[in-house]
Amino acid sequence: MSKLKAAVKRRDIREAVEKSLEARKRRNRRFRLMGLGAVITGMLLLAVMFASIGSNGYSAFLRTEILLDIDFDPAVIDPDGSRGADVLMQADYTGLVKSSLRNYFPDVKKRKQKRALYRLVSSGAGDQLRDMVMEDPSLIGSSREVWLIADDDLDQYYKHGKGQSRLKEQQIYWVAMLEADGRLRKVFNTTFFIAGDSREPELAGIRGALMGSFFVILITLGLSLPLGVAAAIYLEEFAPRNHWTDLIEVNINNLAAVPSIVFGLLGLAVFINFMGLPRSAPLVGGLVLTLMTLPTIIIASRAALKSVPPSIREAALGMGASRMQTVFQHVLPLAMPGMLTGTIIGMAQALGETAPLLMIGMVAFIADIPTGPLDSATVLPVQIYLWADSPERAFMERTSAAILVLLAFLVTMNLLAIWLRRRFERRW
Amino acid sequence: MSLSASILVLLLLSIAAYWYGRRYSLRLVSGDRRRLHSMPRYYGYYVALSTALPGLLMLMVWLFLDQGVIIHLVSAALPEPVRQLPPDELGLYLNDVINLTLGNITSTADDAAMRAAADHYRHLLFISHVALFLVVAGMVIGGGLIALRRIRPDFRSRPRVERLVKWLLIIASSIAILTTVGILLSVLFEAIRFFRIIPITDFLFGLQWSPQMAIREDQVGASGAFGMVPLFAGTLLIALVAMLVAVPVGLLSAIYLAEFAGSRMRAWAKPLLEILAGIPTVVYGFFAALVVAPALRGAGESIGLQVSSESALAAGLVMGIMIIPFVSSLSDDVINAVPQAMRDGSYALGATRAETISRVIIPAALPGIVGGVLLAVSRAIGETMIVVMAAGLTARLTANPLDSVTTITVQIVTLLVGDQEFDSPKTLAAFALGLVLFLATLVLNVLALHVVRKYREEYE
Repeated sequence: MSKLKAAVKRRDIREAVEKSLEARKRRNRRFRLMGLGAVITGMLLLAVMFASIGSNGYSAFLRTEILLDIDFDPAVIDPDGSRGADVLMQADYTGLVKSSLRNYFPDVKKRKQKRALYRLVSSGAGDQLRDMVMEDPSLIGSSREVWLIADDDLDQYYKHGKGQSRLKEQQIYWVAMLEADGRLRKVFNTTFFIAGDSREPELAGIRGALMGSFFVILITLGLSLPLGVAAAIYLEEFAPRNHWTDLIEVNINNLAAVPSIVFGLLGLAVFINFMGLPRSAPLVGGLVLTLMTLPTIIIASRAALKSVPPSIREAALGMGASRMQTVFQHVLPLAMPGMLTGTIIGMAQALGETAPLLMIGMVAFIADIPTGPLDSATVLPVQIYLWADSPERAFMERTSAAILVLLAFLVTMNLLAIWLRRRFERRW
Repeated sequence: MSLSASILVLLLLSIAAYWYGRRYSLRLVSGDRRRLHSMPRYYGYYVALSTALPGLLMLMVWLFLDQGVIIHLVSAALPEPVRQLPPDELGLYLNDVINLTLGNITSTADDAAMRAAADHYRHLLFISHVALFLVVAGMVIGGGLIALRRIRPDFRSRPRVERLVKWLLIIASSIAILTTVGILLSVLFEAIRFFRIIPITDFLFGLQWSPQMAIREDQVGASGAFGMVPLFAGTLLIALVAMLVAVPVGLLSAIYLAEFAGSRMRAWAKPLLEILAGIPTVVYGFFAALVVAPALRGAGESIGLQVSSESALAAGLVMGIMIIPFVSSLSDDVINAVPQAMRDGSYALGATRAETISRVIIPAALPGIVGGVLLAVSRAIGETMIVVMAAGLTARLTANPLDSVTTITVQIVTLLVGDQEFDSPKTLAAFALGLVLFLATLVLNVLALHVVRKYREEYE
């Protein structure tokens, strides 16, 4: 070795280094570019995903309506003139829509053609008229122009053109006539936000799923925040170091990584089959998600408690406070922002969770809007899953729109968490 | 919602009790706080807790048990021929009785006997609720009165309240253990019942998975094939594709952000990448099924490849995207944990950044990175929604990522969603799969945590 070293002169080393320097720098640049490429790939994937969902979904916030002259014929609505509520309730309003369409297109005679014509208007148009009459019975006998919800096929055609639509040639001709008369318009789709689920895309909304999510999150928050904070306080402030607390700690870390679907199996076996709680109820969903989010909240709360400096505790103890008083009156208020941040992140996780809720039956078609935590309900992510399975193009649009709503909620929650952290977190 | 109403009433009562207990203690010493052992509010807490807690516990236990007891009593009073029915039909019958009580539609024509049973049920339910009310009211009033009678100026209310609160904290922290035990027991019990029907060796080593057969031919487990090897292979295939996407992208971006990027780029790039972690999995599933899978299919066709529309590739790719931030934030942690002195030493010897990273930092951080990758694999195996929406349903033993495969989680979902009888091997198989899933992820997690912890001890 020493012989070799002696043989290499100083100048040779420099030459060797300078010769290789170019290649080494090139390798360094390449490595750097690869890293940058990875970051950009990540961003790009994010952007593609948002763009494809956004471009699919925005049009669901608009709906197409048709202006028709409706003759509120007393002979159809209320032949006896009694104005009784159930008579008005059960009248044939769809018939009014149909006769209005027949009047507007007098040359449509064949039965098959007529059926195609009626299909331009949503099957919910009759209910629209019924609601108008129920609200104001004096409409009966009058005749006026009403904007009615269009069928989803027309809606898709009007929004996206022919390529996206199942309309027949004949129907397209009628639509062109309606449009030429200014009888078509696009308005903000209120149905999407105030209706429950429906088999008809143009009548389907996310209100039911939103209410279901609301109840589930309410129960999850109500249970997991106190339980998580209590558990964190015990483990961080009171627990002696022994096998039991070690076991608890290992358990919490492990539960945080258990697949969510396993929590669903637990919910199915324990809450539904063993305890006999109702299937599909937000109560059970809330319980399952509580168990699922507890580890997240406990871990975040412990970190928040740990970040409170010991001097605070020592000062309180020195003033004669008991340990319990020290924790609840001094440490806890200082740790609260961190705990709430963790809780909000846990809730965001719970709000987006789907798999365990499939296990406990929150996946049924439910048109009614739930009014309490024991009603059958579904939640927003499950609604997305259900709609994603529907073949209609109009449902795909609504799926994307529902995703946008879900993402809006999640972004708000995360921003809230960030704001909370910036605003209240103290560094000692 | 009588339950939430009664809990609300209990809550209001305990507030009143707090207020009264506090005032009572002050009155005992005629307003002179110094003569009390504890601060007046602790007397209030003491009375409030003694008022609400026993009643609340009673309420929970009662509501937990009463349905079972009532059903038992109702079924004991049923006419003889009904009671002789096999257990599952009896269960259906009782279900109808309950439906009748609630005014719902029953699945069978209701007869006089069923209506009588429904009346009996309603009657018992009424008795139970009245009794519950009396018992809880008695406990609330009794608890409150006893607590009030114990209050003396020298009564040590603070230590008592604190001891109670501490027990509540201990109970809250034990829920984690209860959850694990609950998961294990619920999955294990059903899995053992499953293994009584299907031998465990057939399940673990069988090469055929077709649970639908047993239902169609109406034979309990005789012809349905429950071999989980193809499911496990499919799960691993998709997880492998996901890892091939997530590990390079995640690791490289973590390295770039930790070692190359300036602080300003870090400040906006890291949160952006973490957005990926916050997106619900159902959104990824939708993206995989409606954008990625058709695109891959189209791309495959244009170069003459047969790509299934439910290919493992599509599900794996999207799952990989989901896992990128997971890998990158875990590797970021371990890369930052490598002591600065090691970097400085390497630079001082004239190494470039790339050389420092590949010869010093990565070897030093390797155990942590391996641990992170193991956690990511466990996440990929347990991921459900992406594969439910984008992967196939038929079990196929193949290593071709362009083919459609199915996974453990997909099968759990398809076996359990929809109407089910709780005793059929089809349903029980889902729990056996759940057990496998739980154990597989458990092993991976424990291994990963072990590796990570061992590594951390070296530098701290």
